[in-house]
Amino acid sequence: MTQPATSLSSSPRALRARTRRVLFNRFMMLSAAGALAFAVATLCWVLGTLIARGGGALSWALLTELPNPPGIPGGGLAHAITGTLLLTGAALLLGVPTGIAAGIWLAEFGQGSRLAHTVRFLADVLMGVPSIVIGVFVYGLLVAPLGSFSALAGAVALALLMLPIVTRTTEEMLRAVPVTLREAALACGCPPWIMVLRVSVRAALPGILTGVLLAIARVGGETAPLLFTSLNTPYWSFDPLAPIGTLNVTLFNYAMSPYRDWQQLAWAAALCITLAVLALTIAARTLRRKRS
Amino acid sequence: MALQNGDEPKIRVQNLDFFYDGRQALRSNNLEIARNRITALIGPSGCGKSTHIRTYNRMFDLYPGHRATGEVLLDGVNILDSRAIDGISLRSRVGMVFQKPTPFPMSIRENVAFGPKLLGVRGSELEDRVVAAIKAAALWDEVHDRLDASGLSLSGGQQQRLCIARALAVEPEVLLMDEPASALDPIATTRIEELIHDMAGRYTVVIVTHNMQQAARVSDYTAFFYMGEIIEHGPTNQIFTSPAEKRTEDYITGRFG
Repeated sequence: MTQPATSLSSSPRALRARTRRVLFNRFMMLSAAGALAFAVATLCWVLGTLIARGGGALSWALLTELPNPPGIPGGGLAHAITGTLLLTGAALLLGVPTGIAAGIWLAEFGQGSRLAHTVRFLADVLMGVPSIVIGVFVYGLLVAPLGSFSALAGAVALALLMLPIVTRTTEEMLRAVPVTLREAALACGCPPWIMVLRVSVRAALPGILTGVLLAIARVGGETAPLLFTSLNTPYWSFDPLAPIGTLNVTLFNYAMSPYRDWQQLAWAAALCITLAVLALTIAARTLRRKRS
Repeated sequence: MALQNGDEPKIRVQNLDFFYDGRQALRSNNLEIARNRITALIGPSGCGKSTHIRTYNRMFDLYPGHRATGEVLLDGVNILDSRAIDGISLRSRVGMVFQKPTPFPMSIRENVAFGPKLLGVRGSELEDRVVAAIKAAALWDEVHDRLDASGLSLSGGQQQRLCIARALAVEPEVLLMDEPASALDPIATTRIEELIHDMAGRYTVVIVTHNMQQAARVSDYTAFFYMGEIIEHGPTNQIFTSPAEKRTEDYITGRFG
């Protein structure tokens, strides 16, 4: 009969080492859980405050009426909601087709060329430019020459912010399309540009749309560039060459005002913006999940 | 090699060399591909089989730095000469099926209609072609009631037959198959092999395979590649029963490769 070998793990030294590992593991788990709790709590705090302070102002009037002068209770933000939608829509029309086209070129046709490297680098730089700088740039480009703050200038500023995001996402998503799929399309006797539009872009579409939604969400929260471009107005405005009211700038103005009614509207505007961004982000995530 | 039984060459390869950025991958390949017969290209990994067939549809054109010299004559026309024929019309005459199934992200019907639509086929003629191609690829019984389902919803073997149907719908003169069954399970492989076997007499098929039993089962002619050279080619039963070259014999008896 041979003596069964003592297993390594039961020696006192191994036992101590194991206890240390177990304790360290527990410590790290707790730290991670704590960090998570902190992040979630912050988010809930912000959302909770917004709902508590702005929820009361959510009403039919908010969506249909113009703001009242200070001292007169009630009123709404119909003009600002419309303005934000119009500006974002116009920015979408300007920025998304351009961005997608640029992304397609980078991924499908410009591969490896010097111009492509330059464009990619510039897009990354543009993405990092503070949005207020874009605002000042468009001020110099459109507002000063035209002599007036305008919705058009606001849309251009937002489009410039969207452009690099859409470009880079489109490029990344197209690059993720397998080479074999492209070859298979070309092997059917397909001209390259049809292959790009009908196979590559189609395969990458959910990803590209996710990028567009995230770009809208990002731009939807921008206020600084609008201060220099579309400015604000408490009235209806549908003239592209005149200032237009937006939720963001209205929030900025009313939150700084001394009037309780306006502060109440500012809370409501903050809630509207946050809910819209939340909805867009959830939509983007759902799209991405559907893709994988 | 002489083709036997009065078979005529559909493709004649003469002194084909191929370079990846200056590194030579094919050396002076000479080969005849018989019309309406199945030709198998066998050989160890990296020996140039895929590179060789990718010259038949000039797939290498897409990559800068890839270069072929010599002649690949399709019905007497040198297809390596881009003045003689452009890549797009060449590829509608020489179809290709790849190692991994590559269904497009669209419905089964749209997948198969993709090629003929490019050629301007429309309406009932298009529908007829789609049905005929799916039947020819032995896929009809499994998908006839869900032609509008996504091509990606099919199993791996079905996806590969969909890709064969897609290639056949263009009505190519030559069909290239680059290890069409190597990513499939044995049952799906058998179906694909039966399908290829049945194509003899109607299509000129060139199939690259690692699997020697597969080459023996499906092909009429076999060419053995080694380090970018064609060591030996001839009727399949001759290559497998009485190879002329020692290296061929060593390879098919499993001594290397």
